[in-house]
Amino acid sequence: MIRFDKAGKRYPGGFQALENISFHLEKGEMSFLTGHSGAGKSTLLKLISAIEAPTGGQVEVNGYDLTKISPRKIPFFRREIGIIFQDYKLLYDRSVFDNVALPLIVSGTSFREVGSRVRAALGKVGLSGREKASPIILSGGEQQRVSIARAIVHRPPLLLADEPTGNLDPDLARDIMSLFSEMNQLGITTLIASHDWSLIGRMGKRVLHLEEGRLQDPDRELGR
Amino acid sequence: MRIKAYFQRHLQVFMSCLGQFYRAPIAHFLTVLVIAISLSLPALLLVALENARSLVAGWDNNAEISLFLDQSLSPSEGEDFKERLLAWRELSSARYISAEQSLLDFKAYSGFGEVLDKLDKNPLPAVIVLSPRVSAPEAMAPLLARLQALPEVELAQLDLAWLTKIYAMVNVAERAAWVLGLLLAIAVVLIVGNTVRVGIQQRRVEIEVCKLVGGTNGFIRRPFLYMGVIQGGIGGLLAIILVGSALLLLNGPITQLAALYQSSFKLEGLGLSLSVLLLLSSITLGWLGSLFTVNHYMREIEPS
Repeated sequence: MIRFDKAGKRYPGGFQALENISFHLEKGEMSFLTGHSGAGKSTLLKLISAIEAPTGGQVEVNGYDLTKISPRKIPFFRREIGIIFQDYKLLYDRSVFDNVALPLIVSGTSFREVGSRVRAALGKVGLSGREKASPIILSGGEQQRVSIARAIVHRPPLLLADEPTGNLDPDLARDIMSLFSEMNQLGITTLIASHDWSLIGRMGKRVLHLEEGRLQDPDRELGR
Repeated sequence: MRIKAYFQRHLQVFMSCLGQFYRAPIAHFLTVLVIAISLSLPALLLVALENARSLVAGWDNNAEISLFLDQSLSPSEGEDFKERLLAWRELSSARYISAEQSLLDFKAYSGFGEVLDKLDKNPLPAVIVLSPRVSAPEAMAPLLARLQALPEVELAQLDLAWLTKIYAMVNVAERAAWVLGLLLAIAVVLIVGNTVRVGIQQRRVEIEVCKLVGGTNGFIRRPFLYMGVIQGGIGGLLAIILVGSALLLLNGPITQLAALYQSSFKLEGLGLSLSVLLLLSSITLGWLGSLFTVNHYMREIEPS
């Protein structure tokens, strides 16, 4: 699903955010991306979601060669991934329903289908019946659930999350993590950037550890 | 199903743009008003020129040519000459005024009567006044040249040579109106562009999120283009109303003025074709202004 081959990212000005990254994430796999802040976690996720382009090596995601993807194709590439952000990136002038529906709207799904899919996604994250609410009145955990519903509503084969529990208290964080586990059991390849070691340890999944832009011991598995 | 969804989406975007109008009426109304005023100025000027043109065209019909005859021609030769001229297809009427008659007229109207009495010989020539069938200044010139070339004619003069000058002036003014129109059209593009720019800045996050969930540039552009089209459209309608009201206000005084000149001149309005042209160009300008701005920011706003 995700294949990095000696990929790197150097920003204009010379800062080398990532260097010589090679790893392979299989279809249906769930894994964590760890490292201190500034180690390059976010940059790696940006490469995977085609927000940034690699400056060296090969990056292949879901069959797309991201080293030479044309800007025209990027929207269609992104329709097949779900992205979750630490700051949720919800639109606060729209209802929960409209927020979750956005990925379906941009791809031109019919109204009837939008309704049933949004309700299904909200049901999955435990927010049934909150469609009409404004995200602003929801708690942080609920907002993160809305953003997860938005990331899975179009049933993407790949789910990326950047510090999804960073702003949440431990109980909520655990809930969110088990939600990701559930998604993964449905066959969605999942990659989660996090520095919540205790939580990661408990999950017993593959861990990609970044240090100063390099991947450390790529196949180290915690808790096994 | 796909096509139906597409139209539903367009309708939805259109309605949501109208909704924005409804939510921030003052800001949008100001933009629309500026568009309307910008467009009504050149439109009003064009209407005024159209009217001037039809007014001048009315004067054409009594354009007359005066032929000052050779002094050696006797009155009977002059009358004969007049009869021969009447056979010309280009001329509708001819009137012979003898030298004596000219002198009498001149004495009566000029106030130089006593001075003329002191002259031992009548200095004035006999004149034939012709009404040509053609009226356009361009057609008048060759006719005048032919008349001038006749041996009996000392001087052929178009009495309304100044008509040509008025025509030229109307042409200059019309060109000026188009130049003004062009400048104001650019202004409309900039105004709409600015309003759309503000809209884009306010919806920056929304644009980023749309890009992140796979919205194409076309999808993101759509509401802003609709905004430009709606603003241009309403601005254009308002411009038509403004021009109409201005003409309505002018109509009374102009009719009075025309009556003083015994003219039955009637002020012509914008007319259907000019109204449609105004509306279409306004919509196009709104769309263009929006397109330029949105394309610029579409490149600039990327998720990061």
